[in-house]
Amino acid sequence: MKYVNEYRDGALARDISAAIAAEVQPDRSYAFMEFCGGHTHAISRYGIEDLLPANLRMIHGPGCPVCVLPVGRIDDAIALARRQGVILCSFADLMRVPASHNGSLLKAKAEGADIRMIYSPLDAVRIAESEPNREVVFFAIGFETTTPPTAVALKTAVAKGLGNFTVFCNHVLTPVAMRAILDAAPEPGMPPIAIEGFVGPAHVSTIIGMEPYRSFAEIDRKPVVIAGFEPLDVMQAILMLVRQVNEQRSEVENQYIRAVTSAGNRKAQALCEEVFEVRDDFEWRGLGVLAASALKLREEFAAFDAERRFAVATVQADDNPACECGAILRGQKKPVECKLFGTVCTPETPMGACMVSSEGACAAHWTFGRFREHQARQQVKPPRRLQSAS
Amino acid sequence: MSVDGPTKAYRRKLDIRRGRVDMSHGAGGRAMVDLITGIFRAAFDNEWLNQGNDQANFPTPNSARMVMATDGYVVSPLFFPGGDIGSLAVHGTINDVAMSGARPLYLSASFIIEEGFPLSDLKRIADSMGRAAAEAGVPIVTGDTKVVERGKADGVFIATTAVGAVPDGIMLSGDRAVPGDVVICSGSLGDHGVAIMSLRANLEFETSIQSDSAPLHGLVADVLAAAGQQLRLLRDPTRGGLAATLNELAQQSGVGFRIDEDAIPVKPEVAAACELLGLDPLFVANEGKLIAVVAPEGAAALLAAMRAHRLGREAAIIGTVVEDDQRFVQMTTSFGGGRIVDWLSGEQLPRIC
Amino acid sequence: MCLAVPALVTQLLPDEMARISLDGVTKTISVMLVGDVQPGDYVIVHVGHALAKIDADEAEHTLALLAEAAALGEAAVEERRL
Repeated sequence: MKYVNEYRDGALARDISAAIAAEVQPDRSYAFMEFCGGHTHAISRYGIEDLLPANLRMIHGPGCPVCVLPVGRIDDAIALARRQGVILCSFADLMRVPASHNGSLLKAKAEGADIRMIYSPLDAVRIAESEPNREVVFFAIGFETTTPPTAVALKTAVAKGLGNFTVFCNHVLTPVAMRAILDAAPEPGMPPIAIEGFVGPAHVSTIIGMEPYRSFAEIDRKPVVIAGFEPLDVMQAILMLVRQVNEQRSEVENQYIRAVTSAGNRKAQALCEEVFEVRDDFEWRGLGVLAASALKLREEFAAFDAERRFAVATVQADDNPACECGAILRGQKKPVECKLFGTVCTPETPMGACMVSSEGACAAHWTFGRFREHQARQQVKPPRRLQSAS
Repeated sequence: MSVDGPTKAYRRKLDIRRGRVDMSHGAGGRAMVDLITGIFRAAFDNEWLNQGNDQANFPTPNSARMVMATDGYVVSPLFFPGGDIGSLAVHGTINDVAMSGARPLYLSASFIIEEGFPLSDLKRIADSMGRAAAEAGVPIVTGDTKVVERGKADGVFIATTAVGAVPDGIMLSGDRAVPGDVVICSGSLGDHGVAIMSLRANLEFETSIQSDSAPLHGLVADVLAAAGQQLRLLRDPTRGGLAATLNELAQQSGVGFRIDEDAIPVKPEVAAACELLGLDPLFVANEGKLIAVVAPEGAAALLAAMRAHRLGREAAIIGTVVEDDQRFVQMTTSFGGGRIVDWLSGEQLPRIC
Repeated sequence: MCLAVPALVTQLLPDEMARISLDGVTKTISVMLVGDVQPGDYVIVHVGHALAKIDADEAEHTLALLAEAAALGEAAVEERRL
C-alpha cells in the first residue's frame, strides 16, 4: 500500500530507535503524551515501546472518542433505538460499550431494537431515503476528524429534503481536552504528571491545522509535534520532541507534512462552522464536565437534531468506584495500577472507558502489551535449581 | 392393468425456475419426496442415497479408530465469491475430520429451509454441494430436510456430519505441542472473511478476493506421508482466525508461541481491505488453510510437501512453540517491536477509531 | 483519533463522489471535503470521506528525513561499537 508500507519499515525503525537512544540525555527522563487513541493503538500494536529508551515514557492520552463518551449518552442512544419505528445507525466501535444496567447497543439489538452498523454517516442518510416511514437516527461521535463527515451527511439530508433523518450529536473538541489534561490536579498523594510535550493527532490536524496547538507550546511551554499515523511517523515525532526538549525549544512542529497543512482543511472547517456550535459544557468520561468542549447542531438545523426531536434528557451515570479511568486518561496512573485491570475489567467485561475501545490505554495494554509485566518478572526470577541426585 | 404395467402415479415436475419452498415440502408427504428427489438426490447421486432408505449402511473401515465431526452452516450471504453455503458445508466438515489425520469417508447433510426460499437457489446450493463432494471423493450418503415458517431461518441453514478413518499409528491432538516445535501455516490468511465482509450491507467494497474454501484432506495425506510421527497436530483457523487457533492450542498444550509477523502470508488485497475497515487479518476466518505443529526435525520435509500441493503453495514457517506459563502467543511485529496476539473479544467489527 | 487510510482516486463521480482504490480494493466515497481532486491523486479516507490530499513531494521529503534520522542512528551504533 503506497504511503503506508514505506512508513512501517522495520530496518528504518531499528536505526531511528538508535538515533533516539543517542539523543536522549542519560541523566534525565522524558515523558510525552500521545493524545490520540489511534497513536496509542499504533504504539501498542507495533510494539514501539520496545524501541524506545528506558528513560523515555509515553503517556497515553484521552483522544479516544468512544472511551470518553459518558455512559449516560449510550443509555440515550439505546433508549432512542428502543422507540417504536426508530432505526439507530451507529459505528461498530460503539456496539459493545457497556451502558447502565449491564446494557449495550449489541444487547439492545439482540433484544429486537433496530440498530444498524454503518461505515459512513452517508450510509445513514441512504437508509433514511430508502425507509421513508421510519425515523433514522445517526449516533454521531468523534473528534474533529469525524465532525466534517457528519456535517456533509446533514447537508445532504437537507438537500434531499428528508424529514426522517436526525443526528444525535456527540462530537468533541481536541484542544479543550488537551487543556484539561494540563490543568488536571494531581491525584492525591501523587506528584504532578510531568508531561513535557505532546505527540499531536494526525487526522484531527488535517482538519484543524497547527494553530490550535500554539498556546500549549507558547504559553504552557509544552512542545507539540503533529505525527502521522504510521509507526515510523510516531518515532520521528518522538525524536523531534526529544530534540525540542534538549534544545529547550517549545514549538508546534508538523511531522505529518504529507497530509497536514498549517491552515488545515478550510472547506471542512467552514462546513462545520455552518452546521455546529459549541455547547456550554459536556460531560467527558474520566475528565468530568468540561466547558466549551463539545458541539451541538445550530438552531437552523433543529429539525435534524435528535435531541430536540426526541426530547433527550441525559442522566449522568457513574462508573465503578474502583475504576481508575479518570487518572489513567489524565496520564496519572498506568492500567496495571488499577485494581480492576485484568481481573474484573477485561475487553470482554469492560468496567470503564479505557477498556471499551481497542484504543483505550487499558485495552491496548491488555490486548497487545500485558506480556511485558510477566517478562519483567521473569528476568528477576532466580535461576532454577537442578534436582540433586540424592 | 395396461400393457405398460401398473399406472404411474401423476407427478408434477418441480418448478425450479419460479417455484418456492413451502410448508408441504417439509411435511413428509409427496411434495417432500419430490423435493428430495428433484433437488438433492439429483445433485448428490450415489448408491446410498439411491437406495432410498432413511440411513446409509457401509462396511467398517480397516482402521483401529474412526473420527466423527459435525458443523452447522449459517453463513450470510448464501452465495459469495469462491463458494456458497453448500460447498462451505462440505469443505468445512471434511476439514474438521481431516485435521485429526483421518481420511474422510462419508458425509450426512441436514437442511432447515425457510418457507418461501426459491427452488432455484436451493438447486444451486445442492448442485454446488454435489460437485464439492464429488471432487473431494466424499459422498453425501444420507440427509434430512425440514421446512420452517417464513422468518424462522435465514434462507437455509445446513448441518453436515462427516466420518473418517484414522490411519494406524497416527495420533494428532491439540495438546501435543512441545517447546521447540515449529509452526507452519499452509497459505495466505484472511481470504474467506474478507470475501464475506465485502458483501455485507453498509460496508460494500469491491474486491477480487475469493473465499479460500477448499477440502484439505489431500494436503493432509501428503503432510502425514512427509512428516509421520514428527507431526504433533493440525488445526484449521476458521472463526477467530489464526489468533483463536494459536491461543486454543497454547491452552490445550500448556505452552506459548512466538511468531513472526513478516512470515505470515497475507495477500496484499486482503491486507488493504483489512486496513480500510480497521480489521486485523490474524482474527479473520479462513476456510481452506491449516496450521501444522511439527517437531523441528520434520519441519523442512513438511514444508516441502505442503508447497508441492496445490493448496499449500504459499506455505510458510511462521513461528515456534516455547515454554510460557502465561500461555501467551507473542509476535514480533514487522516493525521489530513485540506484542501479544490475544483472543478476539466477541466478533471482530470494523472500526472508525 | 481516527482510522484513516491513504487511497488512490481512480474516477470522479457526480455529486462530489469518487471511486478510490487501495491495492485493488475499491470503494465509492465522498470528496466533498476536499476541493479539486483528480484521478491519480491520493487522499486520506476516513468513514467514507476524503479529508485531505496527500502531497507527494512532502511525502518524499518525509522519507528523506526518516532516512537521515536512520543514518544518524546507524552512525551512533557504529560509534558505540568502536
